[in-house]
Amino acid sequence: MRFRHLNELARLCADEGMSIGELMLAEQAAESGQSPEEEFVKMADYYTVMKDAVQRGLTEDTTSRSGLSGLDAQRVDAYNKSFPSNLGVAGDAMAYALAVSEVNASMGRIIATPTAGSCGIIPGVFVSCQERYGWSNEHMTYGLFAAGAIGYVIANNSFVSGAEGGCQAEIGSAIGMAAGALTELQGGNPAQAVHAVGLALKNTLGLICDPVGGLVEVPCIVRNGFGAVTALAAADMALAGVRSAIPTDEVIQVMLEVGSAMPDKHRETAGGGLAQTPTGKAILRNLSSLRTKPKKS
Amino acid sequence: MRFKDVFSIIGPAMVGPSSSHTAGAARIGRSARHLLADAPVQADIAFYGSFAATYAGHGTDVAIIGGILDFQTDDSRIPDAIRLAEEERGIQVTFHEGKGLYPHPNTARVKLVSAAGESVEVLGTSIGGGNIEIVEINGFRVKMTAIYPTLVLFHADHPGVVADITGELKEEHSNIGYMSVDRKSRSGDALTVIELDTEITEVMLSHLRRISAVQSIRVVDITDKCTMAKKSQSPGEYPKGVEEDEVSPSE
Repeated sequence: MRFRHLNELARLCADEGMSIGELMLAEQAAESGQSPEEEFVKMADYYTVMKDAVQRGLTEDTTSRSGLSGLDAQRVDAYNKSFPSNLGVAGDAMAYALAVSEVNASMGRIIATPTAGSCGIIPGVFVSCQERYGWSNEHMTYGLFAAGAIGYVIANNSFVSGAEGGCQAEIGSAIGMAAGALTELQGGNPAQAVHAVGLALKNTLGLICDPVGGLVEVPCIVRNGFGAVTALAAADMALAGVRSAIPTDEVIQVMLEVGSAMPDKHRETAGGGLAQTPTGKAILRNLSSLRTKPKKS
Repeated sequence: MRFKDVFSIIGPAMVGPSSSHTAGAARIGRSARHLLADAPVQADIAFYGSFAATYAGHGTDVAIIGGILDFQTDDSRIPDAIRLAEEERGIQVTFHEGKGLYPHPNTARVKLVSAAGESVEVLGTSIGGGNIEIVEINGFRVKMTAIYPTLVLFHADHPGVVADITGELKEEHSNIGYMSVDRKSRSGDALTVIELDTEITEVMLSHLRRISAVQSIRVVDITDKCTMAKKSQSPGEYPKGVEEDEVSPSE
């Protein structure tokens, strides 16, 4: 890849007259040695998996093995259809994001974007906006390349896993990726897309990873739902001309600094936060019956 | 760069619930399986750090065994992998919590033994988003991401061996993306790991086997193939600006 930072990415796009998605497709083909067509088809397939996961989450039983999660997407979807949702059309993004996250928690098939814990946000934003604006699958696939370019920069300069950098690294990165990609899909230029990423990331700095019982369920699933809504908001701000006063590349460095300072107990170990509340601990005790007991060798 | 391409960010396609604890674990297990010549009859897994703390809820145990059964990360049999391994493949599976220092919060040590008595021991870390780094093979320090087709060559520590190996790769016009070399002692056993940009061919392997210092060669290729790739290869899916006639139907 010829870029390491988002400002370099935006400059490359401007110099070469390409969108972030188009540039990333070309860079990916150069990196892999495959043709752009092959890379495009692989990404288009991934988008199909995302849409399937939205559908499954809205129609099938997504109760997880632990029984802790499932079917909330269907509750929200039914509510959105019957009542004047506070969020309006953004309610669909929220419902779809919950749907994909619930499919994930029930060991269904998803695409990690960038991780499984944050796999609902991009499909939630993309599928709902595709329906709303009538965009083609091809347009959405370029959007995924744009999201991937943004995630590539975040991952290589900071982190994208909760175990390394807390939930800000997982959910935060996914929101930034979705916000930047959506800005581009709606016609924003690369600089605006980069501002959307910065605006979004600032809103999740410091978010800890504290999965109850160590499971990717509570609070991960609802954070996917909220995350989709935040991504829509960040794209709106960027398209309206709001700029990230702290350049996005500097915000990414802050995520690295904050995540590195996070204690182990707030980095996916279930040793703190919501996981160690009285109820969180009780849930963990009840889960022990589900465990495959480690056998002593 | 820890993350090399767009599909290390968007992807993998996987069964849930955790890219690091489920998909990454499956890829560590699958890498270990590819380092063993024959199917294993014993699999001993040690979990460290966050893997040890939360493996049950994340299905890390079924995922790593799924990998040892050579399943891709999106294989729907993963939730059932331990039963399949024990009952259908006759593999003796054991888990325990690892002791001592470990290089990353998500670390697993996998020991596999085949019916012929060959064994392999791998230390793997799951660094996020389903990406892994194998950091140790049979006591040798390595760095292997398993994103690329990878050659693992056990050989004697001997002047010119690395040149002989890379010379053969040059003959095959195969480009090296990354390589690491480690040895147990001067003039002792050594291990070279080479990540290649191209597929590893039987011709390449036969040439490499002719190098007298090379003791054995393993190929780790766990590059995921999306299982839906075939059915959606319609011309309408090609990107803008690409003429269809540039794409040969045989590709």
